[in-house]
Order: sequence, then structure tokens, then C-alpha cells
Amino acid sequence: MSSVWVSIVAVTLACAAIKAAGPILAGGRELPPRASAVLGLLTPALLTALVITGTFGEGGHLTIDEKALGVGAAAIAVALRTPIIVAVVLAAVVTALARLFLG
Amino acid sequence: MTAIAAAVLLNARFLPIGVSVAPFLKDGPFRRALEGQTMVTTSWALAIRDGGRFDRAFMIGATLPQYAAWTVGSAVGVLAHDVGGGVEKLGLDAIFPAFFLALLMRGVGGSGKRATAAAVIAAVLAAALVPLAPPGVPVLAASGAALLGLRGGSS
Repeated sequence: MSSVWVSIVAVTLACAAIKAAGPILAGGRELPPRASAVLGLLTPALLTALVITGTFGEGGHLTIDEKALGVGAAAIAVALRTPIIVAVVLAAVVTALARLFLG
Repeated sequence: MTAIAAAVLLNARFLPIGVSVAPFLKDGPFRRALEGQTMVTTSWALAIRDGGRFDRAFMIGATLPQYAAWTVGSAVGVLAHDVGGGVEKLGLDAIFPAFFLALLMRGVGGSGKRATAAAVIAAVLAAALVPLAPPGVPVLAASGAALLGLRGGSS
């Protein structure tokens, strides 16, 4: 087997183990109230972290570019009670236009 | 070896993501481990319901077509070599962060002071770690903001 395939198999197995870990350890039983409280806060914490890394990049430094403009436009739209799907499309459109004209 | 470590780190987010959905998966550790394999960041986000509950069937259902599209897309990408940076040109990379932000703003993942505080701490942690840590680590570390739930008292 070439080293590329060894890497692919290793990553596949590791990722399967990572994805199995949470459901095995934290599921299927009654959790104490504090553990439930932690679980409940995971979602807002994760979503926020994904917004930050997704918007400003994760490649070693934070960048504010056209994508931030698009995501910002979506945020304003959501604040103005625009349906989420419309706001998300707006993010892509604003980002694409900004890249076209500013980039 | 470095490539393996980098790829595994990028997937480390599925530890906290897996913990968050765990109570909503079917019984039996093997069954849950299997259902856990269908976790994809987007399916997970799409399956969040009011009050921070998760729609297990929806998550699995959202992953299957994505998986097919992903596999076909990867094959096309490998064979075609250069498809011309369409994702960036069309602004498609803004879709996921915009969607996650919209969910947060609507309070879908949980509202209240605690949720807001956890989100703020997570934002600071993620932003602080991006320049310092390899990709994957900022999100993993930021999920630690949920430990705020260990403090007693009401939300």
C-alpha cells in the first residue's frame, strides 16, 4: 500500500473514532443536571466558533475581507427579520459582488 | 504524519458536536456510534431545533444526499483538476458562516444569558486561537466555553 493510502486509512479510522466517541460516552443515559447544562451550551459555543473561523479564516491569521462583508449583510438582514434562507443567499451574493468589484 | 495530524485536528470538532447530539440518538452504544458517523457540520446545524434539541432523523437525512454529492464532487474535482475557483467567485464560502450566524441570532441553539455568555467566550477563544493554533484547534477549544454550564444557578 502506498503511503498516501496509509494516510487515508489512518485519517478515516481516526475520524470514525472521533465521531463515535461523543455519542457513545454522552448518550443513552440520564445525565446529571450540570452535565446537561454543559451540553446545552455546546451548541451556541460551537456555532459561534464556526462563525468566527468561517468568516475570518482559520489559516493562521484573522482576515477581514469581502466574505466578512457578505456575512455582515446577512446579519443585518436577519436582524430585519428576513427569512434565514434569503439572508444566506444574500451573504453569497454580496460576497461575490464585493469580490468582483473590490477584489 | 503531519498531514494525518492536520486532518485529524480539523475533525476534532466532532468530539463536542458528538457530545451535543448524543442524548438525541437512538439507544445502544453501537447504534449511536453508527449514527454518529452521519455527523457533518452542516447536517448538525440544520438539525438544531428550538431549545437546543436535535432532530436525529433530519440530521441523518440531510447527510445522505450531501455525502453522495460530496463523493461525486470530489471525483469530478480530482479528474478535472481545475474547475476555476467557482466556490469563491460565487461567494459560496460565505454561506456556512452566514447560516450559523443566522441560527445564533434567532436563538435556535438556545437563548438566555448563559447561552449568550458561552457564545461570547467562544468567540473570544476562537479569535484568539486562530493566529496561534493549527486549524481545528480554535473550534475545539472554543467549545470549552460550554463548561460555563458547570456553574450552578439558573440560566
